[in-house]
Amino acid sequence: MPTFGNGRRVAIVAGVRTPFARSGTALKDYTAIDLGRFAVGELVQRTNLDGAAVDLLVFGTVVQSVMAPNIAREVSLLPHFPKTLQAFTVSRACASANQAITDAADQIALGHAAVAIAGGSESLTQVPILHSRGMSDILIAASRAKSLSQRLAAFARVRTKDFVPITPAIAEPSTGESMGQSADKMAKLNGIAREAQDRFALRSHQHAAAGLDDGRLAAEIVPVPMPPKFAQMLSVDNGVRRDSTYEQLAALKPVFDRQYGSVTAGNASPLTDGASAVLLMSEERAKAMGYAPLAYIRSYAYAAVDPGEQLLQAPVLAAPIALQRAGLSLADIDLVEMHEAFAAQVLSNIQGLASAHWAARAGLRAPVGEIDVDRLNVMGGSLAIGHPFGATGARVLTTLCHELQRRGGQFGMLTVCAAGGMGHAMIVERT
Amino acid sequence: MTSPLSAPVPVVLLEDAATGITLSAQDSVAIVSYDQPDSPVNTLNTRVGPVFEQVFARVEADASLVGLVIVSAKPDTWIAGADIDELQTITDAAHGEAMSRAGQRLLDRLAAFGKPVVAAIHGAALGGGLEVALACRHRIASDHPKTVLALPEVQLGLIPGAGGTQRLPRLVGLQAALDMILTGKNIRAKKAWQMGLVHELVHPAILREVAVRRVREMARGAAPALRVRPQATSAFLLEGNALGRSLVFRKARETVVKKTRGHYPAPLAALDVIQAGYADGFEAGLAAEAARFGELAVSKECRQLAYLFFATTALKKDTGATGGVPIAPKPVKKIGILGAGFMGAGIATVAVQAGTIVRLKDASVERVAAGYMAVRDVVRERLKKRQLTSLQFDDTMSLVGGTTDYRGFGNAELVVEAVFEDLAVKHQVLREVEEAAPQAIFASNTSTIPIRDIAQAAAHPERVLGMHFFSPVHKMPLLEIIVTPETSSETIITAVAYGKKLGKTVIVVQDGAGFYVNRILSPYLNEAGRLLDQGAAIDAIDDALVRFGFPVGPLTLLDEVGLDIAAKSGPIMAAAFGERLGPPVTLRQVIESGRLGRKAKTGFYRYDDTGKRVGVDETVYAMSPAGATRATASIDDIQRRCVLPMLNEAVRCLEDGIIRSPRDGDIGAVFGIGFPPFLGGPFRYIDTLGASVVVEQLEAIEARHPGRFRPAPLLVQHAHSGRRFHP
Repeated sequence: MPTFGNGRRVAIVAGVRTPFARSGTALKDYTAIDLGRFAVGELVQRTNLDGAAVDLLVFGTVVQSVMAPNIAREVSLLPHFPKTLQAFTVSRACASANQAITDAADQIALGHAAVAIAGGSESLTQVPILHSRGMSDILIAASRAKSLSQRLAAFARVRTKDFVPITPAIAEPSTGESMGQSADKMAKLNGIAREAQDRFALRSHQHAAAGLDDGRLAAEIVPVPMPPKFAQMLSVDNGVRRDSTYEQLAALKPVFDRQYGSVTAGNASPLTDGASAVLLMSEERAKAMGYAPLAYIRSYAYAAVDPGEQLLQAPVLAAPIALQRAGLSLADIDLVEMHEAFAAQVLSNIQGLASAHWAARAGLRAPVGEIDVDRLNVMGGSLAIGHPFGATGARVLTTLCHELQRRGGQFGMLTVCAAGGMGHAMIVERT
Repeated sequence: MTSPLSAPVPVVLLEDAATGITLSAQDSVAIVSYDQPDSPVNTLNTRVGPVFEQVFARVEADASLVGLVIVSAKPDTWIAGADIDELQTITDAAHGEAMSRAGQRLLDRLAAFGKPVVAAIHGAALGGGLEVALACRHRIASDHPKTVLALPEVQLGLIPGAGGTQRLPRLVGLQAALDMILTGKNIRAKKAWQMGLVHELVHPAILREVAVRRVREMARGAAPALRVRPQATSAFLLEGNALGRSLVFRKARETVVKKTRGHYPAPLAALDVIQAGYADGFEAGLAAEAARFGELAVSKECRQLAYLFFATTALKKDTGATGGVPIAPKPVKKIGILGAGFMGAGIATVAVQAGTIVRLKDASVERVAAGYMAVRDVVRERLKKRQLTSLQFDDTMSLVGGTTDYRGFGNAELVVEAVFEDLAVKHQVLREVEEAAPQAIFASNTSTIPIRDIAQAAAHPERVLGMHFFSPVHKMPLLEIIVTPETSSETIITAVAYGKKLGKTVIVVQDGAGFYVNRILSPYLNEAGRLLDQGAAIDAIDDALVRFGFPVGPLTLLDEVGLDIAAKSGPIMAAAFGERLGPPVTLRQVIESGRLGRKAKTGFYRYDDTGKRVGVDETVYAMSPAGATRATASIDDIQRRCVLPMLNEAVRCLEDGIIRSPRDGDIGAVFGIGFPPFLGGPFRYIDTLGASVVVEQLEAIEARHPGRFRPAPLLVQHAHSGRRFHP
């Protein structure tokens, strides 16, 4: 039976995350590093782990800090760990935390590490704002000036337009198309109706609200004190709308293609701040330390499509590879967690997995199969919970493992779509 | 900078094994290095004086040596000051004055040395140590957290006695010098450089090399680039003339009198001799300094403060073990705290500052949040005062893990409960903790419930004890550890070691109602209540005891601590000790009226909306048997009636085996209650008064107010035998 790691199984021991907060709200005063420290600090505390036992820390992030590009190292300098804990940061768009997890898992499978912490963090409030090209040139010229007159001459070139800063956009560098425009295009190409999108978004909010209220989701969250007064802690995701109705969602205007589009603020995931982390160990070490793992990694895969075509459709190619590597078929999977960037994307992915066209493109004789919606995102997804780019992957894995355990299932699958036309899938198994 | 590989090998010129002083030469510069044998720190004693004389003579005579550098070979002290043991041998004022004169002469010689002298300071330069540095021509400090400079003599009831009172103000200005000398506070290296106390700050790795280079430059006549202390205009206007200075002195004197209430002569003496130096010159200042040093060295205040210093030092070495095989304390890296209220958050605050991971648990996220905020507020103060960097602040706060369940308790070595004072609740959390944290010591922060009652519910009573912190935890220096006959030695030793790690002075006491501190506090507070019953005014009672030397009066203390807290302990003390510790009428009435003290802005005093105290709340008098009319009670009567039963109860605690020694009793009272330090503690105070006098006075009051003042049998014994508690 082919399993990932050549017989060296990688255990998912625990996972924890900060609450996910819509950008510019409760967590706006924290940097991605601060948020990552909350998640990792609590992960260490909650698992009764001795920080000295950790061999490696890998973190994912998308909007990199200019001041501290290796955020993993800043997180690994928490006082919970010895300063000798090495750490690196990875970036694979919305699958960055997944990349961190699979990199850490690879290191464990290789025998280079026995205990690793992997996760991701994102602040979409505290993003770097850049000077314009013109202003940058002037500032550099001024800093190189050898005399006051040279310096004044440099500044004399400043024009009003130079003051306009560059803010990072969520657009594809290759196509110039924004993520939302891509999703709108996918809805058109795949014939995903506006109503289907809104109904799926509504379902996401309702399921997430149920998971928070009955404590299943809440148990994965570390309460985070809220600046500036610190008198309260945020302990739930603040983007989940308990009382959303279909009618409200249907009334929203399309954002990207105002005339013929179907993607609205209601059926797209919001800009979000948050962090998440998982504790990974070799099966052997987990047993030696007395941990009962939530699940084990059975396989994973990454794939990509032409970003100019269907930007968020690559999970459709990654999933069959992961299943094949796991020696499983979709029918074996008890639970599926699919990252919800847009309702249009989730519905396109589901459609693709069942289609002969995409099966052929993946080199398969038959489609992967129909996703059973009763086993899909049973506690909602990024549409409701939010989507801090670098953190989502570890949230999805944590929720998948917990719920799989709760249901007594054997196999779980997660998929994540990512900018650049990339996709990721992972299969986990219990026992 | 020379690399270590090519560093010149110093030539040893003179070595004195007895004092640990070595003179060597490097690049024509003499280096005197001090490394006191068998001591973690370097101190100044009468043995090192002559060796330094010898060193000076050698360096002066040797034409090949161009100057002198003074260094310490200790890892984190330069010179920590005078040998306090030796100070105890001073027999009379003239003896002390002569000792001071000898130190002054030695440092005068250093100050007038014919060749340049540089102090290369890494680590603490305190008291006499700083005075040595002040007598050097140039001072270089290492830029390191261990490098601190201070003149802490007043804290021992003394003044600097080797020219410090004269050299410091001339160097850093009058106000800055007064601030250091009158408070004894530590000045960190960077601050010392900013205020002109040292000339340069360098990395410790190059301290010695830079010092040698400076000596050579100074010897060549190439003056080093000194940083000139920029004096603020206001400081110049005040200090540059006699009129301004007299204003500074007057303000300083007022502040000292207000703060010490005349109980501590040293700060006033320091002011006198500094003023004498300005008025009559350096020499006259030195003469005054030596004379006053001699007087203070044999003063009773100095003796008591030195006693407390030694007692505290001894307690630092006390592991809490009671004989037998020494057991190593278990390391405590993670603790659980139950209850994120005032006490729980306070304990969390000191724990995270000691680098411990804390699981702070309460019933709701809201309460955990309030606890987190309380911790943050205190730690943030240290950030604001620049005692922490923002990274250290973030790291400290990252150790606080708020939780509403027992997740993360599994590997806690210690769990402290600060939950509601109710035995059933304590039992419940104890059982939960034994389940959730199977290896942990269970410590109760109760101030009223006997530990053995709590331990009844334990599967492992050997791991149960009391850790009684005082409020506010980050400020109060005492920790009372309460043990039962079942508490194991390892548990005690681990708790004591951890208490010290939190920076507390720890006393180990046996279980019993009120333990030690609250038990001796009880008759004192009760008697204040009885005085109120009988018609004394609230402010008159408080004022009398502040005059006695307590930091606040008993009724203010009740307001501060909270009347609900006091209400809990009253009946327990009465039940355990009967009439002797029965609560008085007015206290009971005030508590029953629902007043909670400062936190609710209602108590014995009135508070405005901002919480500022605005005077006595006279409506309290209506609840007292004496009614609204208040008679004038004599200060002496108030003091005796409150203090004597406290002394008596302390003796009973010793008699009952609650405290292990009079030393612990003194420390507990001074650090837990604020018993006047200049009296040394209850037992030292009884020794000072004489046990027979205390018995006589107790009996006299007992005759007037029967039932509460009967002298303890042990006290009567001491009165008869003439034995002292401290031999």
